[in-house]
Amino acid sequence: MAIDYQSKIPNNVDLAQDRRLQRALEHWQPSYQAWWQEMGPEGLQDKDIYLRTAISADKDGWAHFDYVKMPDYRWGIFLAEREGERKVNFGDHAGLPAWQEVPGEYRNALRRIIVTQADTEPASVEQQRLLGQTAPSLYDLRNLCQVNVEEGRHLWAMVYLLHSYFGAEGRDEAEELLARRSGDADKPRILDAFNQPCNDWLSFFCFTMFADRDGKFQLASLAESGFDPLARTCKFMLTEEAHHMFVGDTGLERILRRSAQLTKLDPNGDARAQGGIDLPTVQKFINFWFSYCLDLFGSEISTNAADFFGAGLKGRFGEEKRFTEHTALGQHKEILQWKDGRLQPEQIDLRSAMNEVLREDYIGDCANAVRRWSNAVQAEGAAFEVKLPHERFHRRQGLYAGQSFDLEGNPISDAEFEQKRAEWLPTQEDKDYLVRIMQPVRGVGQIANWIAPPRRGINGLDFEFEYVRI
Amino acid sequence: MAHDSVSTFAVSFDTHPSRYRHWQLRVDGGVATLTLAVDIDGGLRPGYPLKLNSYDLGVDIELADAIRRLRFEHPAVRCVVVTGGVPKMFCAGANIRMLATSSHTWKVNFCKFTNETRCEIEDATANSGQRYIAACNGTAAGGGYELAEACAEIYLIDDGFSAVSLPEVPLLGVLPGTGGLTRLVDKRKVRRDIADIFCTKAEGFRLRDALKMRLVDGGFAKSKWEAGIAERAANVVQAAGGVGSEPGIELKALELTRTSSPETEVFAWPHLLLEVRTAERTATLTLQGPEGQAPETANELYKQGCHAWSLAAFRALDAALLELRFNHTNVGLILLRTQGSAAQVLAHDTALTRLRGEGDWFAREIQLFQARTLRRLDNMARSLYALIEPGSCFAGSLLEMAWAADRSYMLADPDRPNAIALHAVNQGALPTWNGMNRLAVRLLGEPKLLDAAWQLHGPVDAEQAEKAGLVTRAPDDIDWADEVRLAIEERVSFSPDALTGMEQNLRLAGPESADTKLFGRLTAWQNWIFQRPNAVGERGALTMYGNPQPPVFDWTRT
Repeated sequence: MAIDYQSKIPNNVDLAQDRRLQRALEHWQPSYQAWWQEMGPEGLQDKDIYLRTAISADKDGWAHFDYVKMPDYRWGIFLAEREGERKVNFGDHAGLPAWQEVPGEYRNALRRIIVTQADTEPASVEQQRLLGQTAPSLYDLRNLCQVNVEEGRHLWAMVYLLHSYFGAEGRDEAEELLARRSGDADKPRILDAFNQPCNDWLSFFCFTMFADRDGKFQLASLAESGFDPLARTCKFMLTEEAHHMFVGDTGLERILRRSAQLTKLDPNGDARAQGGIDLPTVQKFINFWFSYCLDLFGSEISTNAADFFGAGLKGRFGEEKRFTEHTALGQHKEILQWKDGRLQPEQIDLRSAMNEVLREDYIGDCANAVRRWSNAVQAEGAAFEVKLPHERFHRRQGLYAGQSFDLEGNPISDAEFEQKRAEWLPTQEDKDYLVRIMQPVRGVGQIANWIAPPRRGINGLDFEFEYVRI
Repeated sequence: MAHDSVSTFAVSFDTHPSRYRHWQLRVDGGVATLTLAVDIDGGLRPGYPLKLNSYDLGVDIELADAIRRLRFEHPAVRCVVVTGGVPKMFCAGANIRMLATSSHTWKVNFCKFTNETRCEIEDATANSGQRYIAACNGTAAGGGYELAEACAEIYLIDDGFSAVSLPEVPLLGVLPGTGGLTRLVDKRKVRRDIADIFCTKAEGFRLRDALKMRLVDGGFAKSKWEAGIAERAANVVQAAGGVGSEPGIELKALELTRTSSPETEVFAWPHLLLEVRTAERTATLTLQGPEGQAPETANELYKQGCHAWSLAAFRALDAALLELRFNHTNVGLILLRTQGSAAQVLAHDTALTRLRGEGDWFAREIQLFQARTLRRLDNMARSLYALIEPGSCFAGSLLEMAWAADRSYMLADPDRPNAIALHAVNQGALPTWNGMNRLAVRLLGEPKLLDAAWQLHGPVDAEQAEKAGLVTRAPDDIDWADEVRLAIEERVSFSPDALTGMEQNLRLAGPESADTKLFGRLTAWQNWIFQRPNAVGERGALTMYGNPQPPVFDWTRT
């Protein structure tokens, strides 16, 4: 299949001259299109949607907004511009020139890092494919599609690295990325949070808030990588990821605000009686998704994390700017281990604790958002404080998996946890309720009752704009 | 840091399915399932959590016990499915922290025992009609894949995640220590360059590629996994003529009485006495011949169950050898003795041989077990002297002990009759590691002597035995005491390392088999690599594994 590379695939990697990349994409691009048709947003493939397309890596004016049908979206390949002679900035090779090719000894590790990151991109598209049928407004419907096409582009960006730097193995892995399916019994996605169903918009906003924020921290730590093409790829992906988190952050804020309004409106203070979502239910979904997303950072004590840091493949968040010491040797981090029925502090060498270091930065970032939500809720006159559960709560991976903890991180028995489960985590009844109230709203400028409209629209436009031509 | 854990506690090999911490044995008609779900906190020694279904000696002791019990207690089983019981991980192989914190002696002993256990799996498949199938429902890495290789067939789950791998070279700077390399090219006949790629790719290969490379024999998608394996197991049973009707016997725990004096520790099992003289660095094994009559019929043998002399005596011998290996590492020389009636030993061998020939499963299993125990004796990294004295019964199956020894001394005293005796079992039922019988290996350069030996019926006295090449020396009553004493004292004065190397070189003449390659070639290389700074030095790969810094190698090729 002949592809007109320049017009179909916007890029700044000289695709027209790169025969290796062309050959790889000739095989992969049709498979990708087929995957998008099968797994992309259901029922929206033939609609004109007001979308942003990356057209360059230029700091000002990298994006172009216009109506486009999603299958015609120009998924491009962009790396942040090269910054002079970049060096490896941390680990055992600090000070050496950054690698422009994959070093042989780190080939497997790098491929694993890239494949794990890449796998999350199509996974989230799969998780969200039915949400278009219940969007609360055209604005939100458009945002869903925007997030999805950009997850698709991020897949392209990762596949570019696999195709360009990992030979036949890379091409195989790229195929596998299209073969796995979120939640599939036989070929699940690699990480657990990406196999969780995401069937309602509260979950979608939680996902973009918490899972995409994990993405931000992963991409940021990879943007520090001594493997320069990976660093530059991730740097550019971060600019797009910001919008996804914006969707989640403001989406949750709008739901909370509306819930506060409806609680006040109802004579009995029952938001559900007004067709909305009660504040405790929102809190339960936050508890669920936040705890699942903490697992994405991996085990608190990890030899892989140590190896990746030592090799200069994956740094800390803001490694270059926030830290002055970049070997992380001879330093320790205190980590509470669950041992013999109690929490015991243990000094872990810093490199082995890198997952935890990144997770702490992430939690801090989430906490900022939660504070803003609480203010928004209280500004509506509701006496409710949104909270993040403790990092030990409801974990499936790492040191705290296998032991029950309450929302404050205190150890409790499994029986106590089960007693509280319905109070702390979404129940089937909660989920059924959300599905019941989430009916599509498709008039220009209209919005569902359970969510507040956004304070402004997209690209300087109003909320009252035909973001999707239904 | 490595410390000599061996001296600090005693290993026990006595276990039972009801006490397993790591394996679950389930028998359902003709199919048995062995499920590995390692208890993380169940290591033999403290200091290494057994994460990711990784194992230490304790895990393998249970496996060896299960394999043995399947043969004796569940002989009707035709197919044994070995599978994993934790999510996503069939078995991650030997625990690396355990290896990194073990003394060299411990590592070698551990590897040797796991190797023997893998060989027992293959022996059961080849000779006991119990076909082992590895059902890798998660990743099989390192020793985990080697365990799978010991099975006749390997299946890998197709879940987009699980892989087979031998990551020892790229990840740990050592070798797969349980025959993984040898079985790859020798048993599975994977092409050497393909094997080279496999053994250097730490993360290994998932089903599609593993099938192409013939690293596995098949696989099933996750949703079809249980059914697929069950169907394959059912087919194996069917191909074997259906589930058997053999009733099985119970392997009761061995009774052991221990006593000790300042000079000697004594272990008494039924039919066997082990005296350990730690200060002298010697031990004496005295095996008692049978007291009762040999069983006439299969039913009579079956009624004796695990108390049948032919089984009980060799179980005791097996236990004694393991006791010596793991709990008395400074004993350099083992003196092998027997007491009893040679005629009775021969009668028991005859009964077993006849009943086996008539198709009796129990007689077959006893002989197979005797053969394996004698091979464990061949594998002892200790000097072995057989002392053949009046009142001994080195005949038939027990004569193999004398031939397994590095030397044998037979007293030639005209006033005290002393004889050995050959039996048909010496000609094939009890082969050594290369598949030959011990006498043929012994007389490799003297075929005429070998032919003549098979013609020797009845008792063979010392002078005749020496001439026939059946014993090393036959001192008379005047020389005996001195000659034996000098030989012992000289032996225990030599370098233990040099002796182990020398003995292993000399013991197995003749053709190689997969097993001899495994124990010889692999063990030698692995032991060398395990000792080198590139593995266990301050920045060696094994030392640095799990530490935040990469290993540093001395790049000289040796």
